[in-house]
Parts: sequence; structure tokens; C-alpha cells
Amino acid sequence: MGELKRTGLYDLHIELGAKMVPFAGYEMPVQYPMGVMKEHLHTRAYAGLFDVSHMGQVILRGDDPAGALERLVPVALKALADGRQRYAMFTNDDGGILDDLMVANRGDHLFLVVNAACKDADIAHMRAGLPDCDVEVIEDRALLALQGPAAEAALAQIAPVADMTFMDVAVLSSDFGDLWVSRSGYTGEDGFEISVENSQAAALAKALLAIDAVAPIGLGARDSLRLEAGLCLYGNDIDTTTSPVEAALEWAVQKVRRTGGDRAGGFPGADRILAEFDQGSSRRRVGLLPETRAPMRAGTELFATEDATDPIGTVTSGAYGPSIEAPMSMGYVTTEHAATGTIIFGDVRGKRLRAKVADMPFRPSTYKR
Amino acid sequence: MKFTEEHEWLREEDGVMVVGITEHAAEQLGDVVFVELPEVGTEVSKDEEIVVIESVKAASDILSPLDGEIVEVNPMLEEDPGKVNEDAQGDAWFFKIKPSDLSPMDDYMDEAAYKTFIG
Repeated sequence: MGELKRTGLYDLHIELGAKMVPFAGYEMPVQYPMGVMKEHLHTRAYAGLFDVSHMGQVILRGDDPAGALERLVPVALKALADGRQRYAMFTNDDGGILDDLMVANRGDHLFLVVNAACKDADIAHMRAGLPDCDVEVIEDRALLALQGPAAEAALAQIAPVADMTFMDVAVLSSDFGDLWVSRSGYTGEDGFEISVENSQAAALAKALLAIDAVAPIGLGARDSLRLEAGLCLYGNDIDTTTSPVEAALEWAVQKVRRTGGDRAGGFPGADRILAEFDQGSSRRRVGLLPETRAPMRAGTELFATEDATDPIGTVTSGAYGPSIEAPMSMGYVTTEHAATGTIIFGDVRGKRLRAKVADMPFRPSTYKR
Repeated sequence: MKFTEEHEWLREEDGVMVVGITEHAAEQLGDVVFVELPEVGTEVSKDEEIVVIESVKAASDILSPLDGEIVEVNPMLEEDPGKVNEDAQGDAWFFKIKPSDLSPMDDYMDEAAYKTFIG
């Protein structure tokens, strides 16, 4: 392990009283004095500001960067309109997921946001797989997320964002330089992700935090917010051993890339992934609502009955949901146990506790469509 | 009131010891969302893990500070585990134990010593 890196907002986090923890090679705020539970509820009621500068920002240029990137992802990008963003995942030859990412069409290039822990590997993967593209890693910009029902009104004080809808992207000039804004996030709330020059990042964050509705939110609440929204955490809920079909991410693979589509296949692992579209997979990612108050955390083994000896799956994320006021988990179970409403059992400290397979998101999302 | 290095407090009440966790411990744990308490009537040994506290961050174990029998648990914590964050050294006690050996009490700290211990 090398030295931990710091984002451009490190000093501000300390000033705000954050508790810092190592995360994906960075020193990041896990919580502020408000605490995880209140930060979570504040984001749902007003607006939360997150430092996500540890994530990788990449620009892809070339004659046809969308067509080129389609060789690495099972997602339709050629039809992605200028000013629009789409969720995607890099797959490997076995049909597993190398990382999940956001891809935005910004006219003459694509702008990508990738996970912090995967960014070096992703960049190497693109440089190797896309010799017809220039892969530019953006090192001089921070990334903030502003999430919650008050996010639009808050950011509108700084840049004209009110006309954007979910998954729109725009470059907007502001007192803090050009902002690369997308109307998206990782909480299930309406909100924005904002790429800003490092030199302006702390000033922008302070301007947003000066608005009454906006509070700083750490990684702790970020995790419970995304789990309530049913969103995957790479490394927990999806990884190289899970395929997009197993992960219940079929919605992210457009018809044109599936069997019978005009650009079917042509991405790593297509044989397995397309076969799973036709035949189903043997296991599936599902939501779970434990019937007692005990959270079923990542690693909890799942069983079909109270006394079965062979597990049918494992929890990959689990926590208490402050907004749903109940514990919640997601995990993989064999397909025969994946139907909504199925009762299964989690082994929590040697006790078999009931849980019900549930639809996700656990709390309805409030994206501005 | 006495304090352990495991951040528990013990208070004598009618011949039994009332046990909870300290305000300092509650603050370190963060928002408590679930408490699993032992069964009344259980015979426990000192340092046995008898309570599980789940906070928004993680699960933690609470060790029995004494040998003895659990004679009462706090039903409030099943309904409102967040009480641990509000009143750790008052209403949010965990269990009452009828001790069979009080000698470990000599090793436990008074409030001043505990404050020094947590710095």
C-alpha cells in the first residue's frame, strides 16, 4: 500500500469535522459531525453534498469513440444523443463485470466516470482495447455530487441547471469556471454530479454549503442511500464473477446489442451474456427485506429453509435503511428462489432469520424524468 | 458507577448489577439500529459475548463484565435501539446481572479513571 491520496477538498473535510478513512487509495470522509443516519435523512429531505473526486474522469476522443467503446461494453452508445449520459459496464471474456461506469456524449467526444478502485485498470483496458481512440485521464478536476429534493434550487444559484432532466449532461459556465454537470447520482434522488477545476472545487463546495438546505455527506450515508435505491456497489454486488444478467442489469443492455439486434454481441463475454439473455442465469441478484430488525450484512449466507445445510446464496450488501426504517440487503440467490415474495433465511450469528425477496429500489427513486 | 476498559458501565441496584455502554462508546459506534440481548435466565461468564449492537457502521459485541445470571433485559432497546445514542448511561441500560463473583469489580475504574482512560 502506498501513501493515501487526498482530494482537492481534503482541507475542507477537516475544517467541517469529518472523520476520514482510507477508501480506494484515498483519505475520504466517512461521516461529518451530523452522523450517518442524519446525513442520510438530510439528503432525502433537503440536499447533500458529496466529494466523489476519487472517481476517475476520462475523455475518449477519436473518429468514432462511441462505436469504438461498444467493443468493450454491452451497451448501445452509437445512438446516445449529444448531451445525454448512459450507464454501462466493462465486461471480461468470461462475461464478468470489470467495472461499471457512466458514459456521456459531449458532441465530439465521450466523457466517462469510472470507479476509484478500478480506474487504473479501466484506463489500461481502454488504452489496450481502443487503439483508435485517445484516452485522456482528467487529473485537474474534482467531482462533487449534489443530491436531494433541494439540489436543483441550490445548484441553480450557481449555474442554469433547471431545464436539465435525468441523465442530461451539459458544460455550464459559472463563477467557478466551466462546470461539467450531469443530472444523475447514486442516491435514488434527483440531483447532479459536477466536475469542477481543482482550483475552484473548495470555493464551489463552500458556496453550496452556504445554502441552508445543503449539508456535507460522507461515504457512510452514501452507502445506505445507494442501497435503498437498489444501486450496485462495484466490488460488493458486482465484480468479475457476476455477469450483467446475473446482476439483474439487463435493462442496461439495449436490444440492439442482444441476439437479433443490429449490433448484437461484439463485446467481451458476449457468448455467455447473450446465452443468459436467452436461457436465464442460474443465480440472480435480488433485494431482501429481513423480517426482524437485525441487519443481514455482506457475507451473510442464505438458505432456502430454517434447517437446510447447503446455502442458496450470499448477501453482498446489507445495512439499516434510515428512510425505510428497516434493515435491507441485496445478494445473489439461485434463480428458483429469486421470485419476489419468496421467504428465505439468512444465517446471522448462527441463527436462521427470515427474509423476504423484495423488489428494488426499496424506496422509490425521485429522478426528474 | 464503575467502568470497564470495554466501555461498559455497571451500577448496583437492589443486589444486582445494571450494565450498559458508556456515552463515549455510543458516540464511537454511531447511530445504533439494532440490539440483540441475551435471554433472561441465562448463566453467563465474564468476557462472554452476550450482546450484539448493530450500528449504521458495523456490528459490535458486548462482553459480560461478570459471572452471573441475566435477570432482566431492557425491552425498550428492542423497540427503540436509537435510545442508546440518546441516553447511554441512563435509560438505555442493556441488562441486569445477578453476579456470582464480584471480585472483578475491584479492577474496574471509577468515573475519573475512565475519563483518563478514554483521554
